[in-house]
Amino acid sequence: MAYTEEELKKELETKEYEYGFYTDIESDTFPKGLNEDIVRAISKKKNEPQWMTDWRLEAFRIWESMEEPEWANVNYEKPDFQAISYYSAPKKADPNKTLDDVDPELLEMYRKLGISVDEQKKLQNVAVDIVVDSVSVATTFKKTLAEKGIIFMPISEAIQEHPELVKKYMGTVVPKTDNFYAALNSAVFTDGSFCYIPKGVKCPMELSTYFRINEGGTGQFERTLVIADESSYVSYLEGCTAPSRDENQLHAAVVELIALDDAEIKYSTVQNWFPGNAEGKGGVYNFVTKRAICEKNAKVSWTQVETGSAVTWKYPSCILKGDNSIGEFYSIAVTNNYQQADTGTKMIHLGKNTKSTIISKGISAGKSQNSYRGLVQVGSRALNARNFSQCDSLLMGNECGAHTFPYIEAKNKTAQIEHEATTSKIGEDQIFYCNQRGIDTEKAIALIVNGFSKEVLNKLPMEFAVEAQKLLEISLEGSVG
Amino acid sequence: MLKINNLHAQVEDKEILKGINLEMKAGEVHAIMGPNGSGKSTLASVIAGKENFEVTDGSVELDGEDLEDISPEERAHKGVFLSFQYPVEIPGVSVTNFMKTAINESRKAKGLEEMPAKDMLKLIREKSELLEIDRKFLSRSLNEGFSGGEKKRNEIFQMAMLEPKLAILDETDSGLDIDALRIVANGVNKLKSKDNAVLVITHYQRLLDYIVPDFVHVLHNGKIVKSGGKELALELEEKGYDWLKQEAAV
Ligand SMILES: Nc1ncnc2c1ncn2[C@@H]1O[C@H](COP(=O)(O)OP(=O)(O)OP(=O)(O)O)[C@@H](O)[C@H]1O
Ligand SMILES: [Mg+2]
Repeated sequence: MAYTEEELKKELETKEYEYGFYTDIESDTFPKGLNEDIVRAISKKKNEPQWMTDWRLEAFRIWESMEEPEWANVNYEKPDFQAISYYSAPKKADPNKTLDDVDPELLEMYRKLGISVDEQKKLQNVAVDIVVDSVSVATTFKKTLAEKGIIFMPISEAIQEHPELVKKYMGTVVPKTDNFYAALNSAVFTDGSFCYIPKGVKCPMELSTYFRINEGGTGQFERTLVIADESSYVSYLEGCTAPSRDENQLHAAVVELIALDDAEIKYSTVQNWFPGNAEGKGGVYNFVTKRAICEKNAKVSWTQVETGSAVTWKYPSCILKGDNSIGEFYSIAVTNNYQQADTGTKMIHLGKNTKSTIISKGISAGKSQNSYRGLVQVGSRALNARNFSQCDSLLMGNECGAHTFPYIEAKNKTAQIEHEATTSKIGEDQIFYCNQRGIDTEKAIALIVNGFSKEVLNKLPMEFAVEAQKLLEISLEGSVG
Repeated sequence: MLKINNLHAQVEDKEILKGINLEMKAGEVHAIMGPNGSGKSTLASVIAGKENFEVTDGSVELDGEDLEDISPEERAHKGVFLSFQYPVEIPGVSVTNFMKTAINESRKAKGLEEMPAKDMLKLIREKSELLEIDRKFLSRSLNEGFSGGEKKRNEIFQMAMLEPKLAILDETDSGLDIDALRIVANGVNKLKSKDNAVLVITHYQRLLDYIVPDFVHVLHNGKIVKSGGKELALELEEKGYDWLKQEAAV
């Protein structure tokens, strides 16, 4: 199979979404629409204390007064927030469940996702929490973690069991007022993960959450809160999938990371929400606010592999508040067909000698649009702040777009900021070269894309790197041949 | 082994190969010489199956099989290897990873298991020694930032790894320094056997001092205008191409 641009295009269009099955599990879904009563009902359903209910209601009022943002380089039909159901739980998920009680159909679904809980359980060093639609279904390794004083549980449980921690930290990095979707999430979030690593503890395994939207016409609003106390370390993984559907589904998550003095958090995401079909119908709207705060000598690394969603709006950021703190952002964003991604990061340098690194790899195919948007801000007191940014774009075909929007605001003269950007195209000559060595076009594209993304793939934990690589292949080549 | 009959090929309606006839048997070395733009690289690409070039007439046969509907990668699996005149860069893909993929894809096509890592390493060690390639080199991105000579040596390293049945070397000598030329030519000679064949495209006699051809062909304006033994190359070196062009024009 020799390669021409025309053929490549065709090939990419035939891509199919591998995780697009719908699991028929009974679920308990709220009526569509959003008002104060729904917010109260969510809170009640979760048996929440009054302070939490009040927090939500305040967020809801803030949200009501806000406008949906328009500045991103994306075009889509605005979701009708009254046409979404804000709570959907698989019915058989009992809050007191153990793994053995999990609905066999759910387990089957995990198997299809390639994350069989059974296997995961055996798999050393990965503790998994799985959130389907709105509810957290299984958390493995709870005991092992508890021995070290590590708390890893659904956030709904944390609200019950560790209210002091939740109260102290939730909303401190991403306030309710931060933006439209963050306010919405604050009002209606239904589950997500909570993680606390005590002082001086190095978490012995990767912590992982798997999110999945299943029910039609529902939104998913999960909330993740990770607190790494002084001198602790944790590596956290997050995976996402959703079934193929004609209508657009809304996903608006908030992730807050708190790295106290000398702590380190690695947060890795492989996002594979349904991207819509080849004609651009359906797909997930992924509007996510992720932000970390770094205290003295703390370090946060965000690594993301974004292959899914119809529209992505996402800027994992670091507030480098403490002196000598470090923020890193490593990103691979793939768009195909009609997907649109506007993603990047914000590095806010407040402390002295703070350092940030941004490596962004955008891969566009089909008729997609892929934008990098990054802000590097250096405050007036941030002496000797340093940033290095590199944004590379790889284009396939002539109908897609790659855009780079770097913003730099330096209020301190000692700042050193470097920005590099490249754009390249997969060439016919590269493909033919591979073909000539016995590598077919599909494999050749995978090889080239992997090579292009290598610096970022290398940052992922081993277990995830393999999955991410596979995902890149699936996203770009489809099931030809 | 290779049989080319009355091969015509064009690109964008421009005919470049205008009726090529060539037969190569196992164990033979053939050299193709000819002025710039005469169609040497085009011939190499057509044998390797590059589809930009449209074959309008004639055929290419490998071991009696017409290659017309055979994809470039399948031709590679059947043992066709092309050392490119201008090897392309593939950023982020190491030479080792590239070779591992190439070898395993060929094995997969033949229904074989992937080559065990141990064997792969052994093979890499052996072949990199043959071509006096520094191991550090193998972890670098394929051809990225390689010097002209390094690229060519790397092509022959790949040939050594893949052990092709039919190797086409398109101006592998250009860019090589005197020592490198000797090393690369020795490498090619060591790989030669009675079961494989080599087609050498070159402008210069000096490569043919090392890789001694059984036949020399002169390509001019898309046609083989003269064939002979190894002494033809010497004659060309002395006289240039003009006399042949005139002969061809008659
Ligand atoms: N893709 C293409 N589009 C248009 N013309 C082409 C294309 N490829 C080759 N040609 C033309 O075909 C002719 C033969 O080219 P080819 O590369 O085969 O020559 P060559 O004999 O290898 O020359 P050299 O000795 O310079 O390497 C040239 O005139 C070249 O410009
Ligand atoms: Mg040439």
